[in-house]
Amino acid sequence: MAVRTEPFVLNMGPVHPSTHGVFRMRVTLDGEVVVDIEPVFGYLHRGIEKLAEQRTYAGIIPLTDRLDYISSMNNNFAYCLAVEKLAGIKVPERAEYIRVIISELQRIAALLIAVGAFLNDCGAFFTPFLYMFRERERIVDLFEMVSGQRLTYNYLRAGGVSQDLPEEFLPALRKFMDMMPRFMDEYDRLLQQNEILIARAKGVGILPAEQAINCSISGPVLRASGVKWDIRKDDPYSIYDRFDFDVPTQPAGDCYDRYRQRVEEMRQSLRIIEQAMKQIPSGPVRAEVPHLIHPPVGEAYGRIECPKGELGFYLVSDNSIAPYRCHIRPPSLINLTALRDMVRGWKVADLIIIFGSIDITVGEIDR
Amino acid sequence: MKFERYGIGIAKGLTVTIRHLLRHPTVNQYPEQRLNISRRFRGNELIWNREKCTGCGTCAKTCPQGAIEIVTATDMAENKYIVDKYEIDTGYCIQCGLCVEACPYEALYFSHNFECARYRRGELVQGKEEMLETPQRKVSGYFYPDKAQKLPGQTLLVEKITEKR
Amino acid sequence: MMIVDFIATGQGHFQAIPPDWPGGFWWHWLFFTVVVIGFVLTMVMGVIYIERRGMGRMQSRLGPNRTGPFGLLQPVADAVKVLLKENIVPAAADKLVHWLAPVVAFAPALMIFAVIPFSNGALLADLNIGILYIVAISSVSTVGVFMAGWGSSNKYSLLGAMRNVAAVVSYEIPLVLAIVGVVLIAGSLSMNQIVVAQNIPFILLQPLGFLLFFAAGCAEINRSPFDLMEADSEIVAGFHTEYSGMKFAMFYLVEYAEAVAISAIICTLFLGGWKGPLLPPWLWFIIKVMLVFFAMVWTRTTLPRIRIDQLMAFAWKFLFPMAIINLFITALQVLAGWPTQLMWAMIIVNFAVTAFMVLIWSRFFFRLGWGRIEV
Repeated sequence: MAVRTEPFVLNMGPVHPSTHGVFRMRVTLDGEVVVDIEPVFGYLHRGIEKLAEQRTYAGIIPLTDRLDYISSMNNNFAYCLAVEKLAGIKVPERAEYIRVIISELQRIAALLIAVGAFLNDCGAFFTPFLYMFRERERIVDLFEMVSGQRLTYNYLRAGGVSQDLPEEFLPALRKFMDMMPRFMDEYDRLLQQNEILIARAKGVGILPAEQAINCSISGPVLRASGVKWDIRKDDPYSIYDRFDFDVPTQPAGDCYDRYRQRVEEMRQSLRIIEQAMKQIPSGPVRAEVPHLIHPPVGEAYGRIECPKGELGFYLVSDNSIAPYRCHIRPPSLINLTALRDMVRGWKVADLIIIFGSIDITVGEIDR
Repeated sequence: MKFERYGIGIAKGLTVTIRHLLRHPTVNQYPEQRLNISRRFRGNELIWNREKCTGCGTCAKTCPQGAIEIVTATDMAENKYIVDKYEIDTGYCIQCGLCVEACPYEALYFSHNFECARYRRGELVQGKEEMLETPQRKVSGYFYPDKAQKLPGQTLLVEKITEKR
Repeated sequence: MMIVDFIATGQGHFQAIPPDWPGGFWWHWLFFTVVVIGFVLTMVMGVIYIERRGMGRMQSRLGPNRTGPFGLLQPVADAVKVLLKENIVPAAADKLVHWLAPVVAFAPALMIFAVIPFSNGALLADLNIGILYIVAISSVSTVGVFMAGWGSSNKYSLLGAMRNVAAVVSYEIPLVLAIVGVVLIAGSLSMNQIVVAQNIPFILLQPLGFLLFFAAGCAEINRSPFDLMEADSEIVAGFHTEYSGMKFAMFYLVEYAEAVAISAIICTLFLGGWKGPLLPPWLWFIIKVMLVFFAMVWTRTTLPRIRIDQLMAFAWKFLFPMAIINLFITALQVLAGWPTQLMWAMIIVNFAVTAFMVLIWSRFFFRLGWGRIEV
């Protein structure tokens, strides 16, 4: 006897334990199976792009901190690159190295949260999350030493960084670099081979390489699908062409691969920091830039490889102290476009971990 | 024959958690134990130097939030500005530090204080008298490395936990 | 006087009241009702403390430590907080069902303890079908859970309740089959007789049975990694999403009372119950219950959660055949008289069989995440 059933609609979010902020999904379910989802966002809209049109070029930097608030330094970096391109500012050598060190540390910190939150979504009750927060705390400590804040650093400036590193920074970083590989091995021991995690994440939410490119996915999600595309290698900005590092890729493009991809990228970031610490020269850290920049009329696009993908700032200048238009390419939003195709046919529990493996920050999606 | 799928991964994970049971936890008990904050701490308050300030208003122009309000009068005899009103609404302040960097006369600093919570929004507005440097309101070393040298060093977690893994 | 003697020495067959006293039965009943309720409530507080502190330390933090010495009063503080909260009932809820559900869920959890022996003969009712009674009673709380899920008129609750019913229906079978092995060796269904029969703990004679019972028991009471019915990262809080105040406290109590109950059953069936040297029996019993519960906390801290179809597949394709094989082997051994004559051979053989079966079965017949079943 066939039982007559009908799909039902479940509103996941905006307040839900694992929607990573105020994100909402209208999920159509057939029993436990996801038939369709529709992401609804805008709950954290602050109008940052519009606000930027009324602020000075320096005053926008604190706004970029609040886009993807778990990787503020990278946002600053992308914005500063765009401004430097627009105004033709040359950045001193030491500042470039500081930027690279800081940006890679921030990448590790953000990826730690991404991995921890993903494992937490899988149901490992906060253990990996708290372990990873412990290490993030050490990085945030270093950032506090450098910039004086723990979340919205506002450290980079157009033409360099706001202040030089304090002299106790490099020894502390050395200590961190010595202990971090041990911690990463410990995370791998904790869950990498876990049978339940493999059963949950392997083969779940596969994103084929072709579709990933068509959706213009970037970052670890793209590389986990096997596409070797990293802006640090393929379009080197700053001084990334001086460092020797690999672009790891994974074969399958499922949730487990995305998790492994992030862990591998952390190891590569450690390699870059190691080299940058050896090469860092002394000298000025800030170019002679006037307080109110008047860039010539024109437009510029600055992009970096941020922990979530390609983060770009598109600035149009009309030779005034504020940009005529500031557009942001948020990697989270664009990575999210593939979500619907990835989750259809999977169960509610899979929906959560696929969503977690994309690693979004709602502050960046809604802007 | 690989022993990947027979519970080895689970057993490994269990050893990691049980080892943490015997380790010292990575937390500190906040109101009783306090760690030193960064020397460059960007605190909730700003400190204003009455003598050095010329009333040029650069800080107010730079502030992205518009949290600084400055009213000056002209002192014709001395040929300078008199600062009549200098107020910072710390409720609006996002502690970005641009005003401190912009000040051409080194008259504005961050304070090294935290725990500046108030019960009413009106109390968040710092007037002239509440912005002077006192023994309770120390100056933070943000953007002024010579001031940073006088402050106690920051407690770092990388140095606190040293046990072998 | 008898009670004092008993606590001090722990010797002999315990009887609170000599049976030839007038009304002895009723005194016995009254005494043990009070003891059982007191035991459950204090143990729940104890295990909540163990769970929160132990989990905290395993997660590299401290856990609650502000209320009372070492945070010992945290469960009390939680209880007071939750009891003083407003009782919110959703407008669309089925009010009667919503109101009754915590009670229906709580009563069976308490009733299980009627047949758990705290010492030799120290139990409310020494039923000669004690273990059967437990199996029958313990699934009744599912009805309460389902009532909660249905009555709240919330989709998350409904999903959680459906998952719970599906899981409990499947896991009852391996649970019972794992028990039968023990019953065969002990030759009795009475909980007290099972403990008396354990000259060595049955975990040595029934290692596979122990693993099966532990896994199935965890699934039965929604402990991680089988805690899908209240998976907070998926369906908010499962069946008790819409509960607050006192009713939520009841569900919280049920959750931990069931955990204590399963720990007590495990320690009665497999770990020798109240038996142990030096210390008085009731203390041994409590220590063993706490140890079993700690193992549950440990797995909860470490393991991710499995998916609903994997949960069902695990029950039917792994636990169920294993339980059948275990029962078959045990029956043969009992028939050959091994438990009495060749105990050491039986220990060795059974451990070898356990390792062999788990390896072979997971190599060739079942792997977590193989294929999918629609539920």
